[in-house]
Amino acid sequence: MRTLEESSRLSDKVKNIKPSAIRKFFDLANEMKGQVISLSIGEPDFVTPWVIREAGIYSLEKGYTHYSPNTGYMNLRRDIARYMYERFGLSYQPDEEILVTVGGSEAIDLAFRAILNPGDEVIVPEPSFVAYNSLAVMAGATPVSIATKPEEGFRLKPEALEAAITEKSKILVLAYPNNPTGGIMPREDLEALLPVLEKHPELIVVSDELYAELTYSADSHCSIAALPGMHERSVVIGGFSKAFAMTGWRLGFALAPKDIIGGMNKIHQYGIMSAPTTAQYGALTALREAYPEVQRMKEAYNQRRRVLIRRLNAIGLDCFEAEGAFYAFPNIACCGMDSNTFCETLLAEEQVAVIPGVAFGECGEGFVRISYAASMDNIKEALRRLERFVNKYRE
Amino acid sequence: MSRKEEILHLLEEDSRLSSAEIAERLGYDEEDIVVDMAEMTADKVILGYTAVINWEKADSRHDAPVDALIEVNITPQRGMGFDKIAKRIYSFPQVKDCYLMSGGYDLLVVMKARTLKEVANFVFDKIAPMDSVVSTQTHFILRHYKSHGIIMNENEEDNREAVVL
Repeated sequence: MRTLEESSRLSDKVKNIKPSAIRKFFDLANEMKGQVISLSIGEPDFVTPWVIREAGIYSLEKGYTHYSPNTGYMNLRRDIARYMYERFGLSYQPDEEILVTVGGSEAIDLAFRAILNPGDEVIVPEPSFVAYNSLAVMAGATPVSIATKPEEGFRLKPEALEAAITEKSKILVLAYPNNPTGGIMPREDLEALLPVLEKHPELIVVSDELYAELTYSADSHCSIAALPGMHERSVVIGGFSKAFAMTGWRLGFALAPKDIIGGMNKIHQYGIMSAPTTAQYGALTALREAYPEVQRMKEAYNQRRRVLIRRLNAIGLDCFEAEGAFYAFPNIACCGMDSNTFCETLLAEEQVAVIPGVAFGECGEGFVRISYAASMDNIKEALRRLERFVNKYRE
Repeated sequence: MSRKEEILHLLEEDSRLSSAEIAERLGYDEEDIVVDMAEMTADKVILGYTAVINWEKADSRHDAPVDALIEVNITPQRGMGFDKIAKRIYSFPQVKDCYLMSGGYDLLVVMKARTLKEVANFVFDKIAPMDSVVSTQTHFILRHYKSHGIIMNENEEDNREAVVL
């Protein structure tokens, strides 16, 4: 049997996708599943709120089991438009500027494929979610990384953006609140990017805002598309997975100007047809009735966040004050190991799983991602074990 | 939400939390939490701390206790409104909860006893003979599905993948 690496019959594009930097850790963690405390999971530990599950069940009972329109049910698109306006001040027309997708991931893929030509460049601030680089390659483009820094809250700075732009740059990915760092981009940091973006009007921003509801400072999330002049050149990616704890339902959406949504829908209608009908009914109820549940889950995350970050710093794992998503991204320099070694050793010796920072880009080396989408008891026990581990290896 | 309200919401979910833990979770100084808790206890905002127990699962030589709901109809008497009659009833230690209700009856009495007979005796000997009590209707609880917001026999298995990036 040919392995994936040896296979010559696969396309050049697929062969060009780099294997993950944490394959070994990944295998190890899977082997030990069930015996470890997992702070390695990028999805809510909460089950989908019952009111949403019940709506999904009801829709099945009623026999709503057919295709929806390609772009999603109109009433769902209308509700998404209202929700995004009320929460984030974004104004999109439900009939031609919104596309309901199979999770945020499909929306990112569609945006890339609809916009990119071979040879174009996609600018990706890192550390970042793993999909952007590979999806850019699949779309025939070249990813260009920008390293963001913990002392700057892992925010994208205008000078760094300016330095990364070439005449081939086509897309800038913004992913805040950020996976894996928990960093956010407040309004003033987004506004600081505007002069650079104005100089390069051909650049389109794909703003992955899956974690938009999960910010913990007084300023709530700001979308770049809400800033002057940005509506016309932004694709906002949203979804139900994180805030509504609906990962397995696979439902997301894209908001963008008419031409871009039209282009994305061309691909979507052939590859996907339409997003799952049951999930769309669940999402309708999510937007109309489950918001108190979102607030309840967010408050639980926030309490865990405070405990986790305070204690990580006390242990000696320097951790910047992550204000969004459900991740902390501490520096592990004090133990003198690279992030893969740190995580493999921690898993073997203390049965605690966290993710090597290098999985999220080269500049993530020297850090680990700790998810606090886990029970408070598990977080506290993991911290006790982590403290013992750090005390043993501290240089 | 005020700091005191935040504390109350937290305690309602887990009454065992120490003031240090509350401070850490909510991001305040421990001293402030200690002061707030003392004030709320003095003001009888916080009345007690209890555990939610599934007695059916408790390791006991005896049977699980019997829980009963007793609906009580009352004729309020001159100079003696609902409150006084309610007090005569709820002062018995076996009464766990007592509510004045709108609708088909006046008082709802929740009672915990060791045996069915104990409930029957309590109703016949104590409640029914009271002058103002017109009638009673007793319901026995057969199974607790959910109590104090907690589902009794919920499977809390984590079925997520080991690693999700």
